[in-house]
Amino acid sequence: MSVDAETGPGNRGSRILGDLSGARDVGIAVTSTIVFLAIIVFAIVNSAGWPEVRHAFFDRRIFGDSFPEVARAFLLNVRIFCIAEVVILVVALGIAVLRGLPGPVLFPFRLLAVAYTDLFRGIPTILVIYILGFGAPALQLSGVPRSPFFWGVTALVLVYSAYVAEVYRAGIESVHPSQEAAARSLGLSRAKTLRFVIVPQAVRRVIPPLLNDFIGLQKDSALVALIGPIEAFRQSQIDVAATFNYTPYMATALLFVLLTIPLARLTDWLVARDRRRQSAGVAR
Amino acid sequence: MSSNGSLLRLEGLRKSFGAVEVLRGVDLDVGEHEVVCLIGASGSGKSTLLRCINLLEPLDAGRIFLRGEEIGRRVDVNAVRRRVGIVFQAFNLFPHMRVLRNVTLAPTRVLGKSRAEAEAEATALLDRFGLADKRDEYPDRLSGGQQQRVAIVRALAMRPELMLLDEVTSALDPELVAEVLNVIRELAERGMTMVIATHEMSFARDTADRVCFLDGGRILEQGPPEEIFTRPREPRTQQFLERIIAAGRL
Repeated sequence: MSVDAETGPGNRGSRILGDLSGARDVGIAVTSTIVFLAIIVFAIVNSAGWPEVRHAFFDRRIFGDSFPEVARAFLLNVRIFCIAEVVILVVALGIAVLRGLPGPVLFPFRLLAVAYTDLFRGIPTILVIYILGFGAPALQLSGVPRSPFFWGVTALVLVYSAYVAEVYRAGIESVHPSQEAAARSLGLSRAKTLRFVIVPQAVRRVIPPLLNDFIGLQKDSALVALIGPIEAFRQSQIDVAATFNYTPYMATALLFVLLTIPLARLTDWLVARDRRRQSAGVAR
Repeated sequence: MSSNGSLLRLEGLRKSFGAVEVLRGVDLDVGEHEVVCLIGASGSGKSTLLRCINLLEPLDAGRIFLRGEEIGRRVDVNAVRRRVGIVFQAFNLFPHMRVLRNVTLAPTRVLGKSRAEAEAEATALLDRFGLADKRDEYPDRLSGGQQQRVAIVRALAMRPELMLLDEVTSALDPELVAEVLNVIRELAERGMTMVIATHEMSFARDTADRVCFLDGGRILEQGPPEEIFTRPREPRTQQFLERIIAAGRL
């Protein structure tokens, strides 16, 4: 098998910030970044409204006061999306598999899967949260929790499972049919073929778009505030109302960004690791 | 029972893809330990025939018997495939599994063997075909010839009664063809029953017990290799072989 230098490790995609080789390149990159940032900061700080904006959004004392409260409330966001993510991974895979079922007998299941993804990708997330958050508890179903937390998480699971199911489906369809033929020819059933051959390959391929959806989910965990639970965004609203200053919003924004960065780097790392492990021309 | 002691018996197989009739009534008997080579131009139906025998393609008409037992319809296809191995032109190894796992997947998940037992058997097989040092590699790191040998080992690990080989050297660089053909020769010597679709005419002449010439979805002519290659009766067979000779492949 030919060795393609382009696909070797350390080249494409395995470095987060592109390929910087040599001290000279690094020096140029650092200088360029500093100059670029300096221009932006200079433009903002010298704008006519800066003193007021700095007071309203970047008040150090208010930041210090509200940050611990917002951070505590942010733990609720973390709980919301951690639970939702685990459930979504399972539910979405189920829907993607349903949609791929063959034969005329199973048509109703395919139809159901299509209807589900159309419905929940179509309705705005905020509406699903409202409808479930206020409507579902009113049904007074026995054995089903009525807490807004439960229904908020459920709404996020329903919406994001529709997106993630499509991501999974794209991954499943990207696995060449010859893989299924090979597995079936060895006597593996359709279910075992999916489980051991198709889905593992599909999941590897869709990790970047899947984690991208999860970043979206983490942000949307703030929407659950609309039906009651006091998470980071709601807490910062309370603080803003108390101080007449917007700085608590900045604290919340900072927390969301801080959480996104590790997830984005994890995505890069997973992709690079997979490429390294399977690519040709390494340690032959 | 219409088996007459043959391992595989095909009666009037027909298969169409849309309006294209690929198999138009194929009859074939393959005896125990026999090596049958299918030759013929591209599109003559060789690959489709093999895929039908493995039940990867549903038949439109005809019957398939394995040791006298009809397998074409209403049977457990997975049970049939355990007994009939197939190796593809494009290897089709599982790229996310190491070589050893490629080989042990079906024995553990289909036959229910323990991991240790399956790994011991797989290691012995890999060793026999000169692949012992590759067992912990991922398929993409192997040469085409090595990958195809792994694919053969993967099929053999199920201890099939019959092996189907679908142009297994066609995707290989010329210098890698021999290593794969040697593996097949060894299997033939050990008495493995095989149906082989191939463009390697000299290999077919040396190894096959019988050669079948497929043309237009039928077996037009069959017989011992020396007869087919030196005294073909049918004009179509003569034309095909003349083209092969002109291309320097015989």
